[in-house]
Amino acid sequence: MMRLQVKGRDLTIDGVAGDTQLLCVLRDELGLVGTKFGCGIAQCGACTVHLDGQPVRSCQIPISAAAGLRITTVEGLAKGEQLSALQQAWIDHDVAQCGYCQSGQLMSATALLATNPDPTDAQIDSAMAGNICRCGTYGRIKKAIKAAAQAGKAQAGKEKA
Amino acid sequence: MDTVHAAVQNLSRRSFIKVAGGAAGGLVLGLSVGLPDTAQAQSAPPPRPFAPGAFVRIAPDGRITLISKNPEIGQGIKTGFGVILAEELDAKWSAVTVEQAEVNAAVYGTQIAGGSMSIPRAWDELRYAGAGARAMLVAAAAQRWGVPAGELTTADSTVIHAASGRKATYGSLVTAAAALPVPDIQTLKLKARKDYKLIGKRFTGVDNAALVRGQPLFALDVQLPDMRYASIEKCPAVGGKAKAFNAEEIKKLPGIIDAFIIEGTPPVADVMQTGVLPGVVIIGKSTWAVFSARKALKVDWDTSTASKDSWTDFVRQARALSSKVQGDTVVKATGDVDKALAEDGIKTDAKAKTVEAFYEFSFVSHAQLEPQNTVAWFKDGAVELWAPMQRPDPALVAAAAGVPADKVKLNQMRVGGGFGRRLMNDFVCEAAYLSRKVDGPVQVVWTREDDMRHDAYRVGGFMGYRAGVDAQGKLAAFDAHMITFKDTASGKVSKGGGISPSEFPADYVGDYRASQSFLPLATPTVWWRAPGASTMAWVQQSFLHEVAVAAGRDHVEFLVELFGRKSGTGAPPVRGLDPDRAIGVIKLAAEKAGWGKRLPKGHHHGLAFYYSHLGHIAEVAEVSVDASKKVTVHRVTVAADVGPVINLSAAENQCEGSVVDAVGTMALEVTIEGGAAQQTNFDRYPLPRMAVTPKVDVHFVQSEASPTGLGEPVFPPVVPAICNAIHAATGHRIRTLPITKEGFSIG
Repeated sequence: MMRLQVKGRDLTIDGVAGDTQLLCVLRDELGLVGTKFGCGIAQCGACTVHLDGQPVRSCQIPISAAAGLRITTVEGLAKGEQLSALQQAWIDHDVAQCGYCQSGQLMSATALLATNPDPTDAQIDSAMAGNICRCGTYGRIKKAIKAAAQAGKAQAGKEKA
Repeated sequence: MDTVHAAVQNLSRRSFIKVAGGAAGGLVLGLSVGLPDTAQAQSAPPPRPFAPGAFVRIAPDGRITLISKNPEIGQGIKTGFGVILAEELDAKWSAVTVEQAEVNAAVYGTQIAGGSMSIPRAWDELRYAGAGARAMLVAAAAQRWGVPAGELTTADSTVIHAASGRKATYGSLVTAAAALPVPDIQTLKLKARKDYKLIGKRFTGVDNAALVRGQPLFALDVQLPDMRYASIEKCPAVGGKAKAFNAEEIKKLPGIIDAFIIEGTPPVADVMQTGVLPGVVIIGKSTWAVFSARKALKVDWDTSTASKDSWTDFVRQARALSSKVQGDTVVKATGDVDKALAEDGIKTDAKAKTVEAFYEFSFVSHAQLEPQNTVAWFKDGAVELWAPMQRPDPALVAAAAGVPADKVKLNQMRVGGGFGRRLMNDFVCEAAYLSRKVDGPVQVVWTREDDMRHDAYRVGGFMGYRAGVDAQGKLAAFDAHMITFKDTASGKVSKGGGISPSEFPADYVGDYRASQSFLPLATPTVWWRAPGASTMAWVQQSFLHEVAVAAGRDHVEFLVELFGRKSGTGAPPVRGLDPDRAIGVIKLAAEKAGWGKRLPKGHHHGLAFYYSHLGHIAEVAEVSVDASKKVTVHRVTVAADVGPVINLSAAENQCEGSVVDAVGTMALEVTIEGGAAQQTNFDRYPLPRMAVTPKVDVHFVQSEASPTGLGEPVFPPVVPAICNAIHAATGHRIRTLPITKEGFSIG
């Protein structure tokens, strides 16, 4: 039996060996299929989730290493009906083509803005370097990240005032 | 493809027949919500009077559902089809939902995402479907109010009688409208372009809200009760079969239900018809269980019938063949190219020149990010599947499952990248076959290694060129000898290979020849984004730049003069290259990029044009190359004449993505040795990442021509434009793809 904290809920799962890949537990056991399988060797970033806020490739994490940590998947980015600023920017900029990589892109971008609310182009390139978009939507991803950063700044300004 | 050409020409007639026959016009049915439920639910085989919900459904509460019939593979068709229907229907876009159609050839005809043909094939059909539904709503309002239909207008899902100030929502009219006869298509008037409210504007994709929430849209996301997971180990060398494996050991592993050898279905003459390949199947309780068991597999392969292909060997053979100026088969010949290029031919004039070059390009992989997968559920003699398909093929699936074709239900899931690979249904057939075998729901999932080992690649090839320019520096003779492949199974030209008799500059230069020689290829190849064009553009447009340079002419002026030789002749009768549209985009790209103007220090321009998939596209790349031969692509200016643009946002997105794809692919290769791919994951097949993304400026010539799709035609000119810019920057002519073979890299 293992305890996991996903989407703010405490879960226990039975019958899963400790070396089972986190990605597979999320998808096959918990039905959180927003996190995608792409390469299995931490090259594409489609399986990116957060462990205690840190972006990780869930294809490389045994479930035992995630036990007790806060796991955030793409399903946990919105607060109910309220999309995050990045999710909204993704829609506003019509980022996706096939969309398969976008969960992972959003998770990497969310982690970036959490630690660096106003990143430069080079910082965005660096933070997003682990995520492949086969359709080549990088230009739009970058624009959406910048727009969300601006929205965040505006929000912070309002809160100050 | 001739049927496709004909279809483009005959769209109006085809739509008319369909609507008149009631088979697929969809308009009635759009309103079929007013019919009893039984009528809506009917799904009888053809011929049938109605096809409920074929394209438009309007509920009495005003909700409008539009149906997109073709696969969504990231090209944005689900949104684009919705926009076309909504435009002619005069629907309020914000209140529209777009649904993916079921697979049903009787209702929808061809449901394929291929050749960038979705838009041109459906353009008239969808417009008439929308206009027909609108006409019926207008007729219902006219009847209700006792006024002539001609006095009524529509906007935002509402019929308006301006004279009396009366308005009726579409929802309030559906029951009455559904009782009316289907209008004759010849009475329907389509909107003029100036009246468009939706077409040409920017729309965010209709699935975007679900995508950013990670909602299950893909086949890989489908989970059924008691679903089992299947993974298949196949012989790394294509055509090999499993003789034996460590079955007892594998079956004891955690989460493993069964493991067995499959013989596969017999080889077929066309890779597109491939059913189930031989291998070792592992069935388990989770993806992790079966993937882990794969690592413990020990298989004894029978490779007696397997491919022995070797890229190294192909290169050696092709270079030997390149000394022949004429290939085994002459595809097209005009004038006397040998005489023109002989010492006593063109060279009689001291200023005339000949240019020769030999180009090589590697195999590459589709590498769509969602690995091949399908969920199949065999139950009570029928099979239902959820799959990422570009070309749903119920007959092929039926054969794999051993059921009649009418016992196959295919659900079109959002496709996590196509690029041509999912025109094949091998993975779909595997799931159908295995579901029958295990008698229950099963999900087949390929690993990335499976995907790259058992891709049907973009075919590599070789091109030898000779050209002559006269004393005025004009192209006077052109000789192309392509060394390409024939598939050993079918004896046909490998898919994506070969040179066509209409290949430019055929008919633009008097002394012309295109010929080809073949090497036998056991490795499967299939259509890869802009098949043929994506590599032909590179060799041809690079070489024409070589000729322009040798002739001492400006590249834009050289191309404009060359195309100008047939100015005013228009496109060929069915479809094809229109020299004036070519000149239009070449000039536009040059103008917008600032061709000939001062660039930042170290930056250089290169240009290319290519016509493919009904699109006339010219591009200028702005490039710098550092001392370590690292190439930075700063900007690509795209000038595209694809007829009217449907969704400007999606259209620009396709251009941006095509540029990134091309920038990345020019540094990629799959080498085949001993019949097996040597690159099996992204560590050795490094797809482009964010940092290499250039700025992409897109300029559309919104001509009056019928629209075409944008999934493919923007790709081909990118690589030659970049290589021509590399030449401008360094004086080095890239004649090998990937460019890494010549010491260059993309950075």
